[in-house]
Amino acid sequence: MSDSDKIIDEVVGNDYKYGFVTNIEQEFAEKGLTENTVRFISAKKNEPEWMLEWRLKAFRAWEKMEEPTWQNVHFPKINFQDIIYYAAPKKKKEIKSLDDVDPEIRATYDKLGIPIQEQKLLAGVAVDYVMDSESVITTFRESLKEKGIIFCSISEAIREHGTLVRKYLGSVVPQRDNYYAALNSAVFSDGSFVYIPKGVRCPMELSTYFRINAENTGQFERTLIIADEGSYVSYLEGCTAPMRDENQLHAAVVELITHDNAEIKYSTVQNWYPGDKEGKGGIYNFVTKRGMCKGVNSKISWTQVETGSAITWKYPSCILKGDNSIGEFYSVAVTNNYQQADTGTKMIHIGKNTRSRIVSKGISAGKSQNSYRGLVQVHGTADNAYNFSQCDSLLIGDKCGAHTFPYLEIKNNTGKVEHEATTSKIGEDLLFYCNQRGLTDEEAVSMIINGYCKEVFQHLPMEFAVEAQKLLSISLEGSVG
Amino acid sequence: MLSIKNLTVAVNGKEILKDFNLEIKAGEVHAIMGPNGTGKSTLAATLAGKEDYEVLSGEVIFKGKNLLEMDADERAREGVFLAFQYPVEIPGVSTTNFMKAAVNAKRKHNGLEPLDAKDFLKMMNEKSQLVEIKREFLSRSINEGFSGGEKKRNEIFQMAMLEPSLCILDETDSGLDIDALRIVANGVNKLRNAERSFLVITHYQRLLNYIVPDFVHVMFGGRIVKSGGKELALKLEAEGYDWVKEEVEMI
Ligand SMILES: Nc1ncnc2c1ncn2[C@@H]1O[C@H](COP(=O)(O)OP(=O)(O)OP(=O)(O)O)[C@@H](O)[C@H]1O
Ligand SMILES: [Mg+2]
Repeated sequence: MSDSDKIIDEVVGNDYKYGFVTNIEQEFAEKGLTENTVRFISAKKNEPEWMLEWRLKAFRAWEKMEEPTWQNVHFPKINFQDIIYYAAPKKKKEIKSLDDVDPEIRATYDKLGIPIQEQKLLAGVAVDYVMDSESVITTFRESLKEKGIIFCSISEAIREHGTLVRKYLGSVVPQRDNYYAALNSAVFSDGSFVYIPKGVRCPMELSTYFRINAENTGQFERTLIIADEGSYVSYLEGCTAPMRDENQLHAAVVELITHDNAEIKYSTVQNWYPGDKEGKGGIYNFVTKRGMCKGVNSKISWTQVETGSAITWKYPSCILKGDNSIGEFYSVAVTNNYQQADTGTKMIHIGKNTRSRIVSKGISAGKSQNSYRGLVQVHGTADNAYNFSQCDSLLIGDKCGAHTFPYLEIKNNTGKVEHEATTSKIGEDLLFYCNQRGLTDEEAVSMIINGYCKEVFQHLPMEFAVEAQKLLSISLEGSVG
Repeated sequence: MLSIKNLTVAVNGKEILKDFNLEIKAGEVHAIMGPNGTGKSTLAATLAGKEDYEVLSGEVIFKGKNLLEMDADERAREGVFLAFQYPVEIPGVSTTNFMKAAVNAKRKHNGLEPLDAKDFLKMMNEKSQLVEIKREFLSRSINEGFSGGEKKRNEIFQMAMLEPSLCILDETDSGLDIDALRIVANGVNKLRNAERSFLVITHYQRLLNYIVPDFVHVMFGGRIVKSGGKELALKLEAEGYDWVKEEVEMI
């Protein structure tokens, strides 16, 4: 370990509990959240004045808000004054080879079949050792630049592309949208920014994995993606490898905007640490994701595979404002052991002939609770709106729960709303039938799960789908028998 | 092939099979008949390795191995097949995908490479003709929305695919219409050979006109009380079980 690392390590290791004087020279904000914390973060990031004002507005709104309690999840009250809201990107402990990586994490990489080079990158093995990936990233950046695509960290975007950010930030998820969104708006640390110019079809999947300055974005991530007229982009968030983080609370905000004839496809694989088998530890993932189909004939499609976190609370939504715009939501949410998930979507139909499609597949095992919550809202202006919702639940064993909360608000009856729901169970008889044909419990469950989730997986980019399939089997390991 | 000695089995603390004995040699077809609730399905499930069935005493040797020591999936890969009285539905999994997994699990067990798509399809084609099953059934979710008879036919199709050594048919004939009965029985007959044995559980002699058994056993109160040739089934059909009951009570 180098000297500077030692110092950082000491600071991180010992001094969290004491807090710091607010001082721009320092690497950490004082524990707790005050107006000064917000100023400190903004200053640390060299942000322009308008950005600071924007954050402060969010902070003042947050102060007056109450934490929501309507979700079907249970956890001890979070002390928001007990959190450190800014720490300079911590230098990862230098890992020289994969042999130094936590064997449990490595075992999962192997099960997922992640190539060695990629494993190194994920595990944070020092970059010098992964030259191949580096050169890939360089070519990748150059080809994006040629097309005029902007893909950078949001901090960089605030400094370099201020006009764009200022125009769109908060236009889909306003600062005071909800408690966690307000919190995020006040203190967000970093995240991604994407702008696809008119008529450009992004030639590759954009993923955080390749992002320039892919530093630790921390617990309050902020993402903004804009697809200008006639453009297309497919964005991947997260990865199938298990992610550990010492921050218990994660409250991200993602905003998507599509102009006329544009399309954004946003795929997520979320695999944060879910806590141990007894339900201890684990991450609280409270996310606000929303897309605005601003232009005519535009389309936003959310695909998510959620296997991690102790508690997941998220509803990727679409506001279908442009006439003929389309919103889609494809979701697989898995809960095992003591995990809790309350997830779903909102489809807000405002424009004429707007269409939306919801396919939600919940899988609960162990003692977990899995809730689907969906809202379909058809406004008076939305002539001929069409929605189709399919909400399926699969139970493994009999100690888990699945709950469905569909809400409909229809103010225009020229259209059509269809809802289908099923509940199935992998019980003893089903497993015995599969055993009798020569399949082990694990093989049987993974076969059934893959059949069950096919409709969602087919919307994921190819390699991602294969990994997601394996990930599901791993998450459910030991859930039967 | 199969040797069951002094087998006593309890379910939820209740003894169902009592000191049960049966010997089946390779290539033989044995039929078991008997009134409702005498333990025929319990015997089938015990042989297949269902967990809730508690073996209190006795032994079962299958192809020289102790069957009772193996888990259900291992028994299946070793060549025990049970055509269920009540086949279950598997949502979202087609018969094709199910069979691909099952056939390859067995091949792996035997140290063979998985079948490639072409060979697998060829095999599906051949075997589906055996029980005259329509191709469209194979791409539908297993047993979901199948009629009673279709489910039974699908069981025999799976049996043909897995090429087991011991085939246990639990009331495969009930629920079949007259044509289907003939088709299924013909399918079974085509699978008969010198290495493969059958244990056919049925209530009706009619099935045995098609699948002609080497032995017929009558089961009563958890054990075999009478054995004979195919003519025993005819007598049971004509006279019912009362005379067997009387004979048993006299002893
Ligand atoms: N899980 C169980 N718990 C309690 N009793 C059971 C259980 N399974 C079977 N039995 C009982 O064991 C006895 C034998 O059942 P089994 O299903 O083996 O009969 P069977 O001979 O196959 O009858 P049928 O001709 O009606 O199919 C019945 O009295 C049944 O109620
Ligand atoms: Mg029975």
